[in-house]
Amino acid sequence: MTAPAPASAPSHPKGLGTLRVNGTGYDVPLAPDRNLLYVLREELGLTGTKYGCGEGECGACKVLLDGVAVRACQTSVGEVVGHAITTIEGLAQGEEFHPVQTAFVEAGAFQCGFCTPGMILQAVSLLRQNPDPSEDEIRAALNGNICRCGGYFRIVAAVQRASTLLRSAAEAPP
Amino acid sequence: MTAASSVVPFDLLPVKERPYFEHYGPGLVVVLPAKRPGPSGWGEGGPPHGGAWIHIGEDGRARAFSGKVEVGQGTRTALSLVVAEELRLPLSSVILTMGDTDVCPWDMGTFGSRSMPDPAQHLRTTGAAARAVLERLAAARLGVPPQEIEVEGGEARVRSRPDGGSVSLGELVRGHQEVVIVDPATTHPEPPSSWTRAGHPVEDVASKEVVTGRRRYTSDLQLPGMLHGKILFPPSYGAKLRKIDVAAAQAIPGVVVVREGEFVGVVAPDMMSARAALRAIRAEWESSPQPSDHEIVEFLRQHLAEGEDFWDVLQHETGNVKDAYASAAASFHETYTTAYIAHSPLETHAALAAWQDGRVTVWVGTQTPFRARDALSDALGIPPSSVRVIVPPTGSGFGGKHAAELAIGTARLAKDVGHPVRVVYSRQEEFTQAYFRPMAVIDVRSSVGKDRALTAWEFHVLNAGSAAARIPYRVANQKIDNQPTESPLPQGSYRALAATANNFARESHVDEVAAQLGFDPVEFRLRHLADDRLATVLRAVTEHAGWNPRPSPAPARDGQGRGVAVGLEKGGRVATFVEVEVPDDRHLRIERIVTGYECGAIVHPSNLRSQVEGGTVMALGGALFEAVRFQDGRVLNPKFSEYRVPRFQDVPPIEVLLLDRKDLPSQGGGETPLIALAPAIANAIFDAAGTRLRSLPLVPDGIVP
Ligand code: FES
Ligand code: FES
Repeated sequence: MTAPAPASAPSHPKGLGTLRVNGTGYDVPLAPDRNLLYVLREELGLTGTKYGCGEGECGACKVLLDGVAVRACQTSVGEVVGHAITTIEGLAQGEEFHPVQTAFVEAGAFQCGFCTPGMILQAVSLLRQNPDPSEDEIRAALNGNICRCGGYFRIVAAVQRASTLLRSAAEAPP
Repeated sequence: MTAASSVVPFDLLPVKERPYFEHYGPGLVVVLPAKRPGPSGWGEGGPPHGGAWIHIGEDGRARAFSGKVEVGQGTRTALSLVVAEELRLPLSSVILTMGDTDVCPWDMGTFGSRSMPDPAQHLRTTGAAARAVLERLAAARLGVPPQEIEVEGGEARVRSRPDGGSVSLGELVRGHQEVVIVDPATTHPEPPSSWTRAGHPVEDVASKEVVTGRRRYTSDLQLPGMLHGKILFPPSYGAKLRKIDVAAAQAIPGVVVVREGEFVGVVAPDMMSARAALRAIRAEWESSPQPSDHEIVEFLRQHLAEGEDFWDVLQHETGNVKDAYASAAASFHETYTTAYIAHSPLETHAALAAWQDGRVTVWVGTQTPFRARDALSDALGIPPSSVRVIVPPTGSGFGGKHAAELAIGTARLAKDVGHPVRVVYSRQEEFTQAYFRPMAVIDVRSSVGKDRALTAWEFHVLNAGSAAARIPYRVANQKIDNQPTESPLPQGSYRALAATANNFARESHVDEVAAQLGFDPVEFRLRHLADDRLATVLRAVTEHAGWNPRPSPAPARDGQGRGVAVGLEKGGRVATFVEVEVPDDRHLRIERIVTGYECGAIVHPSNLRSQVEGGTVMALGGALFEAVRFQDGRVLNPKFSEYRVPRFQDVPPIEVLLLDRKDLPSQGGGETPLIALAPAIANAIFDAAGTRLRSLPLVPDGIVP
């Protein structure tokens, strides 16, 4: 499977649109029955975004749309043309992890790891809107994400730690 | 990732004829011989196993091999740690290959909490033997006796003299092609009390791949030319295919319909067309009448059966219960039940198959790769040596990934179309085509004498196994057995399967007896406990929780209650304390959980803690609300919105106490920590509200009746 060529021309043949994923543009067909999860995984080879239910009920497929977490399985590609999509593969800056990734590693906040990409992106989205959430706010924000391995405590602890890391980075003098 | 051809799996070759060095380059190979099944089952020293081997290469790294698989229980890191410990290497210098039937030791399967008692011990022994060989090689090289040599951090050096020279392990084995057989009788691994790597917290070896999305699960794998498959399943349990029309499916561009006897599947260039093709098949099914969930207890009582392969039938009798009843001061009789529940792993079942020169490689998230190899060989009519099963990282299993049907179906599709084929279950298929944790019906009868001690204990289990059916309390007269029944749903292995059911029945019943007699529930248990280690765990937990001794139910009637339960299974000892509130609106609130666990010497403490926490969360679902609803062989709630699993907001604070016994052999921690939770909650509800609940799930809609 080869990924479609990165987009070059601004105008598209009929039925194609440009998806901007992790800073790269891809021309993809926009039929209404094509959801973002399918296109990311099967056509762009970005398999870090997971299929857990395809019905909007588990959160394994979450990606960032202009910085806000959405369920890729409930999003048709046509809706997101022109928006910035970030998947788990695009979260780190080169070799440097996002603080939420660092916190998940340090807290050992996964077992099988299958829910982890969705959890991390949901947490990034939460901390962007609410840099210092209470434990209840974290639980509420992440309640749509299932961890069948039951790693909830460590995930909450990781999000708390990430919040501290992010705020101390923001306060640090340049 | 290539599908190898014309090779013979290592485990099917004599030890000395395996092509270790062709695969992994020159170096030293140390092999612990296999233990074949004895005539009388497992016998001394645990179940049969395929041995262990470690290769030390010219790069100074150790490659270790285990037939176990990693499905999220952390075994990869724990096993790597014991190898690092024995060879005194950094964890990053250990490469562990798991679940690849071409190169790993034969293994029964990853279930029954055996990874710490078995492969961890085999790898320790093999690692210790490898270090001894390295010490001898270094002694010869540096001109000192072997006892003068110290191996540490990838080097061998002279212990007493810092200037006495040193040599790297890679240098030591350069150009070697030596296979050494381990004699376990004369090899002594490092005792846990002097571990410096194992037994200490470490980061999971897969962390970086997991948090960057780079880790590839079976459902993420792609091969050149790969096509996508779907399998046609009956709409209800036991339904038979009567008529089928595949014309509309076949008319979809690129779609091939594959039929072999009962098996029907489709293959398409992409997943969307495969799904469309499956939907386009017109099939007529003949279904036979099946019982529904409301009549299931009676059905099981009336349909006793022979056991299936996961059955472990127990018939235990000591003393004479009838005589005990005749002279009893009081006797008690109750029935306890548990529901069918689903594993619902977050990664649905997935498989990828590729054929080359008559040999098939199947990547599949299975907990039993060698059993899958045999099943594939049988179903496809090819020798086991023509099958390779590889288990990629798997998005959890919990005992739900033992069957080989998907691997077989995928291999059939790939063979028919002459391309690699991948099949991934939808969530609905996961809920309807997997098997379930068996429902259990347990009749318990007991009596006490004039001294208010237990005198008789009868425990009859229907349709669950024997795990944890024995009683850890002193009772002179006992009759304990289990009885398989027919099942109206497919059923099979599950994390802590029968132990959960049996422990729920026993620990609920013991609590009922204590309450009837006016005993504090902890005191009643301690008076009867025959196992000191279990008593120690119970004391540790109640002390930590601040247990206030008094009989249940609570006299205050303010809706606050607490309960406790213990369990002993697979060598592990667990005690769980729960605090609940049952307010006037009867909405159950779990306020606090304390679980204490002891399983001998702890190999990987942070992972064990994670297993206990996660297991408690999983057990919470089955205790409170998880149940498969069914009617006429159909599952009625095959979605996460209808089959409720625990989420962030369902989970109360959980405190985990780990008791490390460095003087005792290591046992597993993936199952036993679950088994005391449900009865502890039921006992706490009784304490708070005076209501005794005897069926799991206890409060499907959250309300105490
Ligand atoms: S896969 Fe999208 S929410 Fe489950
Ligand atoms: S770590 Fe397995 S589902 Fe969360």
